[in-house]
Formats: sequence, C-alpha cells, structure tokens
Amino acid sequence: MGRFVVRRLISMVFVLFIVSLLVFLIFNKLPGGDPAVRMAGRQPTETQIEAIRKEWGFDKGIVTQYTTTMNKVFTGDLKSYFTQLDVINEIWKGLPRTLWLAFGAMVMWMLFSVALGLYSAVRAGRASDRFLTVLALIGISMPVFWVGALMNHYLGFKLGIFPNGGYVPLTENPGDWLYHMILPWTALSILFIGVYSRILRSNVIETMNEDYVRTARAKGLSERRVMLRHVLRNSMIPIVTLWGLDFGAVVGGGAILTESVFDLQGVGQYAADAIGQLDVPPLIAVTMFGAFMIVVFNAIVDVLYARLDPRIRLSGGGAGRGGGG
Amino acid sequence: MIDRHSLLEVDDLRVGFQTENGRVQAVDSVSFSLRRGEVLAIVGESGSGKSVTAMTLMGLTRGPNTSISGTARLDGLELLSATDEQLQGVRGERMAMIFQDPMSSLNPVYRVGDQIAEMITAHRDIDKDAALEQSIELMKSVGIPGAEERASSYPHEFSGGMRQRVMIAMALSLEPEVLIADEPTTALDVTIQAQILRLIAELNSERDVATILITHDLGVVAEIADRIIVMYGGRVIEVGTLEQIFYEPQHPYTWGLLGSVTRIDRPKLDRLAQIDGQPPSLVSAPEGCHFRPRCRFAFAKCTDVPALEVRGGEPGHRDRCHLPPAAKPPARAEILGTPTEA
Repeated sequence: MGRFVVRRLISMVFVLFIVSLLVFLIFNKLPGGDPAVRMAGRQPTETQIEAIRKEWGFDKGIVTQYTTTMNKVFTGDLKSYFTQLDVINEIWKGLPRTLWLAFGAMVMWMLFSVALGLYSAVRAGRASDRFLTVLALIGISMPVFWVGALMNHYLGFKLGIFPNGGYVPLTENPGDWLYHMILPWTALSILFIGVYSRILRSNVIETMNEDYVRTARAKGLSERRVMLRHVLRNSMIPIVTLWGLDFGAVVGGGAILTESVFDLQGVGQYAADAIGQLDVPPLIAVTMFGAFMIVVFNAIVDVLYARLDPRIRLSGGGAGRGGGG
Repeated sequence: MIDRHSLLEVDDLRVGFQTENGRVQAVDSVSFSLRRGEVLAIVGESGSGKSVTAMTLMGLTRGPNTSISGTARLDGLELLSATDEQLQGVRGERMAMIFQDPMSSLNPVYRVGDQIAEMITAHRDIDKDAALEQSIELMKSVGIPGAEERASSYPHEFSGGMRQRVMIAMALSLEPEVLIADEPTTALDVTIQAQILRLIAELNSERDVATILITHDLGVVAEIADRIIVMYGGRVIEVGTLEQIFYEPQHPYTWGLLGSVTRIDRPKLDRLAQIDGQPPSLVSAPEGCHFRPRCRFAFAKCTDVPALEVRGGEPGHRDRCHLPPAAKPPARAEILGTPTEA
C-alpha cells in the first residue's frame, strides 16, 4: 500500500506538471491571447498596455512567466487577470456547489443505472428491454445544455415547479437546497444513466452465463440472491472504472455545461467564465484541480477494484491481474 | 422400470431448445430410474444430451426458449413442473450437482468457505459462523489439507483438483439424496481424476448417496458405476449393468465407444478403434436411428426409430439397435476383437 501511494503521488506530480504547462502554453500562444491588451480596456494607448505588461510580468520570458504563475498557484496568491480576485478563494467558494452536484448526480445515476440495467438484462430481448434501449439512446444523444435549457424553460419558467437555476447552500436551507439541486442532478444524470445502464445490461447478461451463476442456482439460492450477490456483484466490477473517471471529472469541475445552464456558480462554471475571457490563472488552477481529482479517483478506483475482485492486487504500477481463472 | 427402491424416476423426458438455426431436440424420450445408493453412469459424446438431461432435473434449463415434457419424479415430487420455491428446496438440499469445470464453477470474488456456508444457510436455520464451521469440517472430509486456513482463501488460490474437492464438499453439505456429477474429472489432470473418482465412490458407499455420473470416458465409468446409460443424439441407445455394457454390448455405437478405450482383457490392437464421422447435428437429425449415418452395419430398417427394449441382452439390458440378435456377436467382434477370456 505504501509503495502504491508513493507511485501514485509521483505520477500525480508528473500529470499536474504536463497539464499546467499545456494549458499555459495554449492560452499564451492563442491569437489575441495577449492578456495585457484585453486588460487595458477599450482603446488603450501603447503606454498603458506596456505598463500592464510590466506590472503583471508579461514582458518576461515564457519560462519565467510559467514558473511565477506556478509559484502563485502553490502559495495561493494567484489572481485573475480580469476580476483581480483570488483564484484559489474563488475555487474554494465554488467547490461545495460542485461537490454537491457531483455527489447527488452520482447517487442518482448509479441507482437508476443499476435498476434499469438489471431489469433490461433480465428481460433481454423483450419489449420492455427494447423500450429501455431506445430510452437509453435518447438519453445518451441529448446534450446537457439542451435538456437543461428545456427543463429550465418548461419546468422552471413556464410551470414554475422548479426554480430558474441558482444555488442555495445546504446549511442555509436544506429544503431549498434540494429544490434547487433536483433539476441539475437530473440533467447531469441522464447521459450517465444512458451509458451506464447499457454497459451494466451487457455485463449482467454476460455474467448470467457464467458457470458460477449456474452453481449458485444449483445451490438452491433464491433468484433474488443469485441476481444480487452473484450476478450484480460481479457485473459491477467493470463499472467502477467508469464511475471513478466520471465522478472525478465532475468533481474536478467537468460539469461545465450543467453548472452554467443552472447557474450553480461552481468550479465548472468558474472555468467556463474564465475561458470566455481567456483568463489564464483560473484556467490553470481549475485544470490542475480537475487533473488532481482524476488522479485521486483513479487511485480510489484501483483500491476499490482490489476490494471487489480478490484476483487483483494493488501493485506499484496500477491494477494488475494476478492468478489464474 | 418400476422399482421398489427407486428414488428418481425419469420417464419420456424430452427437452427442446429454440435456437437461431431452428429447433434442437437435445433430449429425446429419455427414461431411467435411479435407486438409492447406486451409481448410475450416463455416457456419451458431447452433444448427446447427457448434461442437458441432468441440468433439466435440477431445473437449470428452464427458459423461454426451452420446451420440456415428460416426467421426472424425485420420491414422488414432480421436478419438471415444480414451482421455483419447490425447486429451491430440492436444489442442494435433496439433489446436489458438481460441474465439469471447477475453474469457473466457483464465484471468484467470494471466499471458498463462505461459498460453502452460503449453501448451508440458504437451507438451514443456522447462523453464518456455525455454517462456516460446518464448511471447514466438510472441506476436511473431502481431503483438503489445512481446511481451517484454506476456507478463507479465494478460488483462484486453489488448484483445479482442490477446487473440485470444494465443489464436492459443497454438494455434500446438506447430505443430499442424489448427487449429480457432470463430467467431474474432465477438466483435471489424469492423476487427480483418479483421486476425485475415488472420493465420489467413497462418498457414495459411505453416505449412501445415489449418484448420477455423467462422462464421455468409459474408463471413468469402469471404476465406480453400477449401471450405465449410453446416450447418443439425445436418446438412450443402450442401458444395462456395468458388466452387461462392458462384456455384452449390444449397440454398434457402444462398441465404438468401448473400442476407443484401451483394455487389458482384449487382444492388443494396432490402433484403437474410432467412430468415423461427427455426432449428428440435432437441428437436422437423421431420420430413424441417429447413429445410422456413422454405422457400418446400418440397413434398410434403420430408418425407423428402434424402440429401447431387450433385443439380445439379458433381462434389463435394453438397446435401440435393429440388428438381429444373432448378427450382433460377429459384428461386435469385427470392432472389438474376441475377448481373450470369456
């Protein structure tokens, strides 16, 4: 376990370095990416722009600029080029919103995927399975910004059942918090439910044909126990990988569209706003945060994997299959 | 067929599967009885319907694409029409099954002891710890060394032979009346095969468990079977005692099977006999006797399905071959040679 953690930490440093470097280079070399010009406001004079360059260090070499930016990331005084607000602080403010969005949506998509995938698999080939297949395809095909906009318009604006976006902290008013979160959770879950339920369906069908499932039936176990303990349990193992990547991405601010459509003001929306302004400091910080989350959740997935499947041992490198069978 | 000591009575069992290529009659009018304490061997090539027969008795072939008819009574309980609850009560408790591949028959994610214990707790009202105790005792009784520690190992940490012992321990955990062993040694090394067979034979005599042994290997049968059923293309083509089948086989297919086994009581052959051709495709099975296309003694009459009856053997020794009784011994000698001692 110790070796595993050390390896993962080393790979994390590497990933964070590459990601930050890429983001930094892309946004510096982008046409019209010169922040000084855009920071100077309308019709600036050349001297104003020069002054800003000097003040923010844009006149220095690219390597120096990168290292000073990274320094600021880790000392916590990274400032947005445009709002001048402290970036780490802004991320910190958006984090609970993003976390709640990710967690709630994840619970929703996992529950529905398991229920629908299992049901579909058991009824494979019948009308109800075909109906769910079509439904899943529709769910996968609908973009979040569109579904979210429709929900906002019809359920929020026209019918007034749900609020028109926004966020209420849980500590302030739990009922209101839930009221504001239901639509975002649903919108974000739809795609995942479509994908996960399909994958689970095929996993379950495959597992149902395993010899050990026949053994379980031959033991005289109830069908319910056979399905839950022997089929579902083994079908969930491959899902864990996906879960780790997707949940990590959403926690790391990947739900940009959902957060923006419902105006949740989370980490993802913060990143989206920063992209619009080519505001490099928040972008670097959010990307690094996202990469960090993905690496962390990958490690969690590997630990879970080893828990779920005793044939897999935690090795230094990653999940390695050991033993036969 | 009616026998006072008969425990399991199978009569006119038919199992058909609807497949993409058409209907497959996997089991076609199979009848047999199993007596208490006896070892009944069902012998045949792959695809002869022997495993389907056994799995149908356990209710494991039921499904939307399966049609099952006939009767199968376990001590009066009709298995083929039993409800799911009745079947759950039978499975493991009264009839237990060991499968061919011990590598894949145990769930890889649970500890071996827990998998045995799960069967006990599913049927008996005892707590998990007590069931685990029993599991360890069972593992000891089937010769698994260090059972206490091994109970908390996972299946992949066991060898094939040890896994099959685990399966046997599991099958015996509730002292079933019937044990069905479906090719229990096929996936194992030859040296381990003998051990496992000896174990099954011992359990059969010590615990008086009626055993159905399914195999394609007559060598396996010779060791422990009391009676033998030979199946071909979904039908029983010959049934008799071990001695009857080995010394007075009546059906050309049985001759072929026996000829492909090395024997010390027959003259040494330059090469073992082989049965030419392929087992029939059950989607388009040949008319009449299924073995006809591969049988060198086939004649006009063979396009009618021969009934399973006493045709040349002793009472109780029945077969499905139209050859006249007098024509059988010379034909048999052509394939098997003449016994050196008779």
